Amino acid sequence: MAKKPKRAQKTAVVRQRRRLPARSGGARIPAPRVLDLLRCEQFLLHEARLLDDGKFDDWLALFTPDAWYWVPSEPNQADPFETVSLIYDDRRLLETRVRRLASPRMYSQEPRSRTSRMIGNITIEGPDGNASIVRSKFTVIEYRREQQRLFGGTALHRLVQADGGIMIAWKRVDLVNCDAPLDGITVPF
Amino acid sequence: MTDDLSRFIRPGRVHRQIYTDPAIFELELQRIFGVAWIYVGHESQVKNPGDYFRTFIGRKPVVLVRDAEGQVCVIHNQCAHRGSLVVANDRGNTSEFQCCYHGWTYHLDGRLKAVPLQHGYPQDFDPGSPKTAMVPVTRVKSYRGFVFASEAADGPSLADFLGHMTTSLDDMIDRAPDGEVEVAGGVFKHAYDGNWKLYLENLCDAAHPLFTHRSSIDAAQQQSDEAYSNGSGEIAIRQMRQNGAPYSFWESQVGIWTYPNGHSYLGDYHDDAKLVAALKDPLFRDYIAALEKKKGKAETRRLLEVRRWNSNVYPNLSFMSQFQQLRVVHPIAVNRTVVHTYNFRLKGAPEQMFRNTISFANIVNGTGSLVLTDDLEIYNRIGMGLASEGAEWIEIGRGLESDVPDAHHGKRGRNSTSEIYIRNMLDAWVGYMTAEPSAAGREGLGGEIRAAS
Repeated sequence: MAKKPKRAQKTAVVRQRRRLPARSGGARIPAPRVLDLLRCEQFLLHEARLLDDGKFDDWLALFTPDAWYWVPSEPNQADPFETVSLIYDDRRLLETRVRRLASPRMYSQEPRSRTSRMIGNITIEGPDGNASIVRSKFTVIEYRREQQRLFGGTALHRLVQADGGIMIAWKRVDLVNCDAPLDGITVPF
Repeated sequence: MTDDLSRFIRPGRVHRQIYTDPAIFELELQRIFGVAWIYVGHESQVKNPGDYFRTFIGRKPVVLVRDAEGQVCVIHNQCAHRGSLVVANDRGNTSEFQCCYHGWTYHLDGRLKAVPLQHGYPQDFDPGSPKTAMVPVTRVKSYRGFVFASEAADGPSLADFLGHMTTSLDDMIDRAPDGEVEVAGGVFKHAYDGNWKLYLENLCDAAHPLFTHRSSIDAAQQQSDEAYSNGSGEIAIRQMRQNGAPYSFWESQVGIWTYPNGHSYLGDYHDDAKLVAALKDPLFRDYIAALEKKKGKAETRRLLEVRRWNSNVYPNLSFMSQFQQLRVVHPIAVNRTVVHTYNFRLKGAPEQMFRNTISFANIVNGTGSLVLTDDLEIYNRIGMGLASEGAEWIEIGRGLESDVPDAHHGKRGRNSTSEIYIRNMLDAWVGYMTAEPSAAGREGLGGEIRAAS
């Protein structure tokens, strides 16, 4: 048992060191991708924390200027244009959504919800140009006005490297119960 | 309590109890949803023989199905044997219905087809009896593809029931260059903890957006148009800004019309230029060209000048012909309601028109919409507020003394802020709730008891 953390630590160091050489060719492939996974995980946890903390402006700042955010209404929904969506926001609408979340007159958030998110099963579905498609599982517990709701599902993020760090080019959230009768959804997933 | 239900309604007032009393709710299911013409679905949801769509009349599970001969039927979703639900999937295609309990099998029109172990039943067991079936709903009738069903054997015809509201349905259909619409683009199912009547009572309410939707109006008005939009955000933000129209707009340009049986519509609201770049938009020009080609210039002009916002067909249907939206109200309990919302594709219109319909649906009907979520909050708050006995009587008197008669046996508000459409629905409510039970009514009641025992 005592050896385990030690080994893990060592591996992490090796991964860090191997990152650049691996890209220049010859080395075993997993090293940089595993490192990316770590960074992606940290990013997703950071995003979840911003949402739980109600820091929606900071959350919006994670998105690229032409990003979209999508919560389909059907399992395996092919696109957001020919079928309705619980949420489908292009950048302009997402900005409006976030601005509204700050309004004291958003009555569906009076009182405010409290949320708690868990994220796991993170995988990188493949590099996509200079971006990564990251798949994760999530649960969101939402509490508001004496009622607690539980949401769960799969999130896909297209994450791009930018000057300021990682940014979201798009995010798709597939709720397990996306086609159920649902009370209003006000806090983003 | 239920002896004289008309005592709950007074001029310009309604007693809170009709929104909160479980016993009244049960009576509504029998006397309104068990009698009136209830919107069930659209024929395009069952295009081919064997296509079916599972839904409810009141709380009763039914199936809309196209039978082998192409006839559209509405049958109770219940096995004649032990009463089990037969059709479990929301929609699909099948050659027959089979109960998963003991294998009783039914034709698409509900007639019994086969019974395993039939030799074991008493001699008077008649598999050909109309009652040994997935029983058809008593009356089923379409208006230009919109299917309604009534459990009353007699009563007004569908045409008489709809009256002048057929012109709103016509507007929905005639806006298609090919003269046909079809359900497409999925469904929203949104839910709230409040009475079913509150939903239609809000949909023609011209006085609430400035308050209820303040947060989305402000957010949209402050939104920069420089931010990137792929088009879907544009139409949504235009509508949110439009919700901020001042009282003077609602009190001058917009009108509210009401008709017998509780129906109403809000009219003269948007012209087509307000939401999309529309009239000057190349897309809309293509659409107008398609309309003119099929219908001629004069008829196209007439069509586009019909500017109806929500049309409500009491008790369970609301639609918006101008943007091809339709909602169906499902009462679940006295304090719980689910609304299913659909979109229609205008056949023969440019494909982008339908994409605009979807974008529009996301914002006006979406469960996560920036607008609708505040309406749901209102229904929840009314549900909670009415628990108080502080104010016994609810005020619905705005416009009471200024409403005016209109053609087609209708009445209209002097302007759109009149609460006439609520009073009109409650007049219909009293009519249904206090009607002498006819033979058909008793049969309906018998059905309720059978279903419950």
